[in-house]
Amino acid sequence: MCLAVPGRVMEIEERDGARMAVMDFGGVVKDVCLEYLPDLAVGEYAIVHVGFALQRLDEESARQTLELFAELGLLMEEFGDPWEAAAAAEAGGAGAEVER
Amino acid sequence: MKYLEEFRDPELARGLLEDIRAAVTRPWALMEVCGGQTHTIIRHGIDQLLPEGVELIHGPGCPVCVTPLEVIDKALEIAGRPGVIFCSFGDMLRVPGSDRDLFRVRGEGGDVRVVYSPLDALRIARENPDREVVFFGIGFETTAPPNAMTVHQARKQGIRNFSMLVSHVRVPPAIEAIMTSPDCRVQGFLAAGHVCSVMGVEEYPELAARHRVPIVVTGFEPLDILEGIRRTVRQLERGEHTVENAYERAVRPEGNPAARAMLEDVFEVTDRAWRGIGVIPGSGWRLSERYRAYDAEHRFEVSGITTRESALCRSGEVLQGLIKPHECEAFGTTCTPRNPLGATMVSTEGACAAYYLYRRLGTPAALEVTPVG
Ligand code: SF4
Repeated sequence: MCLAVPGRVMEIEERDGARMAVMDFGGVVKDVCLEYLPDLAVGEYAIVHVGFALQRLDEESARQTLELFAELGLLMEEFGDPWEAAAAAEAGGAGAEVER
Repeated sequence: MKYLEEFRDPELARGLLEDIRAAVTRPWALMEVCGGQTHTIIRHGIDQLLPEGVELIHGPGCPVCVTPLEVIDKALEIAGRPGVIFCSFGDMLRVPGSDRDLFRVRGEGGDVRVVYSPLDALRIARENPDREVVFFGIGFETTAPPNAMTVHQARKQGIRNFSMLVSHVRVPPAIEAIMTSPDCRVQGFLAAGHVCSVMGVEEYPELAARHRVPIVVTGFEPLDILEGIRRTVRQLERGEHTVENAYERAVRPEGNPAARAMLEDVFEVTDRAWRGIGVIPGSGWRLSERYRAYDAEHRFEVSGITTRESALCRSGEVLQGLIKPHECEAFGTTCTPRNPLGATMVSTEGACAAYYLYRRLGTPAALEVTPVG
């Protein structure tokens, strides 16, 4: 129940005195109340929980986070212990473990 | 949205894990507060991938699990009354009360309906003016604003046959209770990202400083969790204890001001009993004086209920991180999701259910890409 999920605004309209949107959740379409994010626009993303948009999803910071993660991987290759990496690869180490 | 899939990228996960490994010099115990995070962790086997010594303790952040038995019994009582349409989120249906659950009440002829949003319950009230419609309003700071708005709308639209059975809980007092417990082993917190989407992070610096515990606001994707762990461990290794936001894409420092204002208007802070844990001061919300007319506890006479908890169930210890679910004797034998003894086995966010679903079905689905929601 507590899982809030990201969705994309498709349409916006007033209904029963509240600002409502039709939002797309990766193919599943639902009605969402926009009273807490009244200036959310068509095409934008938000975190939605039990039919309410609660926070705009900032794609820019999502990108930044992913870049940071990517960089961390690179740094490991750059500064990691090559002997350890080789041994790990031999033993089907860290990478294989993740994909297990 | 493509970048959400990217938040499950095994290559990136490997980089983060390596970084955590490189940083750790001694054992640390971290608590993920939110049940949604517990699920990601167990499902993707993140706890098993972490370097030895880094332990994740599952927190009490499952609203279904911590709803007090007395409130469940009140819900069952109201739902069984003639003329009542009782609306609830689906995951409350099988939560055991003292002697039955909502599912059973429906089987016995009660009009129990599952809704996706509290606004659906309000619509049902509008369409059934001759019936009493009651909504079961539980949840943390993420669910409280939708429920608050629904009560506000009921009043604005003059809908009189609607009321709410309110049992909301708040995270910061729970963190306080965990840190002051004599059994506390928690050294750092992964704070629940969606709670912070609403409330912001203002409540945490004082807690972090006073208990000298790092608090890192964390999201729900596998990489989010790893990043939360990475930052918490880094702070611990450096002897720091500050609040960091590792879920910037959905959490602003001030949260959602409109939602916070509505919470303040509709609710007031109250002491609340947590199932399996006991009363935590200031840890709940109830309807404020102005909205008392919409309080189902006032509308229906439901006092004087005596509760009876399962003697076998150890969910209180699970919720406080004192034991892991499979250490409970009933786990997977007398207690399963189909026949749960405790709420932590019922709710999809409960720790017992997470262990049952993912561990029992073989090895964890390590960082497989599965769409959420
Ligand atoms: S396995 Fe069942 S009986 Fe044991 S603690 Fe969990 S919910 Fe309670």
